[in-house]
Amino acid sequence: MLRIFSLVIALAWLPFAVSAQELQTLLQSHRDVIIKPSRKSVGPVLDTLVASGLPTVPGFLEAWQDKSIYLRAEDDLFYVGTTGGAGLVLLDVETGAEVVAGIGKKDAKQIKPNGGVRREIGSALVAFQLSDPDIARRTQALDALARALDPAQLGPLVASIDGEPDAALKARKQKLANYLQARFGETPTIRVAAIQNLSSDLSVEGRAVLSQILETTTLVAQELPDGTNVASILTPGEGGLARDVAYQMLVDDHDLPARVGPADIRRALEANLDGGTVGGVPVAQLDSDDMRLRAYDALVTEGAVPARVDAEAMDAAFADWGFYTVYVESDPTITEAAETAQASVKTRVGLSQTADIGMDAISLASIYFLAAIGLAVTFGVMGVINMAHGEFIMMGAYTGYVVQQIVPDYTLSLIVALPLAFAVTFGAGVAMERLVIRWLYHRPLETLLATFGISIALQQLAKNIFGTQARPLTSPGWLDGAWVINDVIQISYIRIAIFVLALAFLCLLLFILKRTRLGLEVRAVTQNPRMAASMGINPEKIKILTFGLGSGIAGIAGVAIGLYAKVTSEMGADYIVQSFMTVVVGGVGNVWGTLAGATMIGGFQKGVEWLNPSNTLAAQTYMILFIILFIQFRPKGIVALKGRAAGD
Amino acid sequence: MQRSFLAQNPSVMWFLAALGLFTVVVTLLAEGTGSSVISTSFVKTLGKVLCLCLIAIAMDVVWGYCGILSLGHFAFFGIGGYSVGMWLMYARTEAIVETSMASSVIPPTPGEVQDAIAAQIFGVVGASEFPAIWMFSHSLVLQLLMVVLVPGVLALVFGWLAFRSRVTGVYLSILTQAMTLALSLYLLQNDSGLRGNNGLSGLQNIPGFDHLPQSTVSIVFFWASAVALGAGYLLFARVLSGKMGSVIRAVRDDEVRVRFLGYHVESYKLFVFTLTAIVAGIAGALYYPQAGIINPTEVAPIASIYLAVWVAIGGRGRLYGSVIGAAFVSLLASWFTGGGAPNINLGFYTIQWTEWWLVLLGASFVAVTLFFPGGIGSLFDRLKGEAK
Repeated sequence: MLRIFSLVIALAWLPFAVSAQELQTLLQSHRDVIIKPSRKSVGPVLDTLVASGLPTVPGFLEAWQDKSIYLRAEDDLFYVGTTGGAGLVLLDVETGAEVVAGIGKKDAKQIKPNGGVRREIGSALVAFQLSDPDIARRTQALDALARALDPAQLGPLVASIDGEPDAALKARKQKLANYLQARFGETPTIRVAAIQNLSSDLSVEGRAVLSQILETTTLVAQELPDGTNVASILTPGEGGLARDVAYQMLVDDHDLPARVGPADIRRALEANLDGGTVGGVPVAQLDSDDMRLRAYDALVTEGAVPARVDAEAMDAAFADWGFYTVYVESDPTITEAAETAQASVKTRVGLSQTADIGMDAISLASIYFLAAIGLAVTFGVMGVINMAHGEFIMMGAYTGYVVQQIVPDYTLSLIVALPLAFAVTFGAGVAMERLVIRWLYHRPLETLLATFGISIALQQLAKNIFGTQARPLTSPGWLDGAWVINDVIQISYIRIAIFVLALAFLCLLLFILKRTRLGLEVRAVTQNPRMAASMGINPEKIKILTFGLGSGIAGIAGVAIGLYAKVTSEMGADYIVQSFMTVVVGGVGNVWGTLAGATMIGGFQKGVEWLNPSNTLAAQTYMILFIILFIQFRPKGIVALKGRAAGD
Repeated sequence: MQRSFLAQNPSVMWFLAALGLFTVVVTLLAEGTGSSVISTSFVKTLGKVLCLCLIAIAMDVVWGYCGILSLGHFAFFGIGGYSVGMWLMYARTEAIVETSMASSVIPPTPGEVQDAIAAQIFGVVGASEFPAIWMFSHSLVLQLLMVVLVPGVLALVFGWLAFRSRVTGVYLSILTQAMTLALSLYLLQNDSGLRGNNGLSGLQNIPGFDHLPQSTVSIVFFWASAVALGAGYLLFARVLSGKMGSVIRAVRDDEVRVRFLGYHVESYKLFVFTLTAIVAGIAGALYYPQAGIINPTEVAPIASIYLAVWVAIGGRGRLYGSVIGAAFVSLLASWFTGGGAPNINLGFYTIQWTEWWLVLLGASFVAVTLFFPGGIGSLFDRLKGEAK
């Protein structure tokens, strides 16, 4: 590889060695134009320079554009000049070697091309930059090109495509060339072909090109001029054109009498006050629109103010004039092709957006699932409503934060934080179960209140310890960024990780409940605690373990949620109501139910957000209303337990 | 009948007497009547506490007597406040706009006045037109009707849906909490028509009574709150006495058995739920003119949970218990959070009550639920027991 590389470099330098004086000679032959270039005259010279294929030409052009070419009086040759500490230093145009330093301003004449010429030089330079050996410079040149599509650069761009060694850059070049051809191609056939290529392009740039081709203006005319490419005919008062707006166009462009609005009437009346009356109406009576109109009409008959334009006059004006939206592009075949392409792009974008919303919904559902699954265990299995569950989530997140303060490596700290968060909240859950909840098993409403008391206290404690501002829980570098499927669909890695975590917990819980001794005992205690006890199961132990497990999962959920949102003392409270909804909607006492509930709530919320994207608050409001209604029709949730397990 | 009812329920008489005495004493000591022992702001605080006591009674009836733990009654309270607030804000802005327009050359048309009021009120949320829900805001009578009707109808519909499908216990609590969460999220939107998170403000200025100083206004509202509390207490004491009260208590104790006995349980629950919602709305309508401002955080789920906390600490199943709980905890809260309580210096750490008050409240709440389920009100029973 290295050998090939050095070979390439050697080959690149070869012509330079051979034609040591060629550039200077070439420059001398166009001496007059180079010294005093104009926009018109510089073109052929640039063409010659580019056509010469000399490797030193780009350097010269850059210097020329940069106003650092000097003509030395002594030998009448061109030099590149730099101004350093020692005054002006002249360098050889070919070799770049220093020729003379510290010469006065009179000895060398600076060549200052004007702005227009410099732009011409710039676009000639693009040709070189596009095939520059340095990939960074090529990318830079393409970025500049993409920012402002310039028809002049089509040629150099197309020419550079074949020699492009980098596949991604080559694709980008082809894409840009296609954009340029779509907008500025020489013949309609070329343009239509390029436009058709765009119909599968979802990128913002491609869509911008199409909408630029389809740019329209509104035209008001009595007769359509020949050769206008009409997009649609507008009727005032219908569609997007309001009557007032349409009439105002006539006023602005075609000198029709202006409309007189309420504010104008008021001003006119004020201006024509005549000793307590206006147009014969006493001022005190002017507090209604009718009286004001009467007074104004009286002023009109006096000739003091212009007449009002009423609806009939407007109709007459609209009958005379036609309103059209007209394509700026005059060739109908091109606009037709662009319309077709745009419609196809829109369909594709719509499909992709639907897919994107679907992925968002899945990731939201996994967050709800993670937040709620612990609750499903405690609430579903034990019938204990734990209002402090949200605070366990918060505890887990703060555990992650504290670990990150001690362990600086983000990946390692995450690995430490997950089990630690589980342990901390497992402990907290067990402590709470032993100290508070076990006294209240037969009074579920009071459990709710007692755990709520704990929730208030924990929240305030967190605030006292960590302060009120949000704490960051930084995700490791490999979780940064997003998985980009196309220009519309992308999903961040953190959300994928949360999805994977949710999936893992779903499997883990299902395994524990269905395949282990503990799960068997938990299910037995759920269905009939007394019978379970007489079969030798210790219900107390099972309750402790179940509660600890549910709380521990909340802790892990806390770390996951903290990675994706900020860690605050109120973060638990944000999730608690949603978590309960998830459990209740899904059906109590069933892992699958929680999954269904989370999917439904996440999907519904994203769906509403899609219909009204600016307003997430409205989405939540409607979601809650929907849940309230849903509970009416399926009070036991989506997956309702049947038979004796259902209890009452 | 009236006499015998009071004679049967001596606690009602005691309560009304205590409330009357309290009202008279506060009035005599207040700034508005000249003696200035109690400042205007404290009179307002006391008036607000009376309103909170009223909603606490409502909560006690629905929870302590009927067994429905509603975590959404503050939504009704807020709706009452918003209903009155709309009129207060409209009428006051109208007065301001009319004054500012009086100096113009040509008298303004009603349309211009409307536009100016709308621009004043909704400027903060970038709108300049009245949304549909403000259609009655020009009329005090209609808005006062809304104070009663909106919470009543909402509770009726919500309760009918919930009780019909036999949503009970914890599920119902969660559902009512969802209701108040939905309301607060809705109000938070700028295009809800109720000024988003700015809420309604300037409610302490009563239109048409601008000449009265706030000290007098505060006394008037204090009296109104006291009368409402007394009337509410009497109303609920009547409802809960006699056969109907027995059924309501029986629903709390064993709903299924009451149903088997042939009572239509849903109707009783719906009646209690709706009536308490209306009373909550009235309490809110009296509270917010004294508070001066209402915004969506007032109806956040946490507020309704605090309500349950007050009632639990005061003592469920006793009307006076809930009054004591609400008054005690809310006054204590304002004492602690207002910096009234002295900080405790432990040497290595200073407990600042503004920070630690909620921890204390949460812990004591757990303690009350665990060890003292009767709440403060049960102390009276013990006294009674000792007297016997």
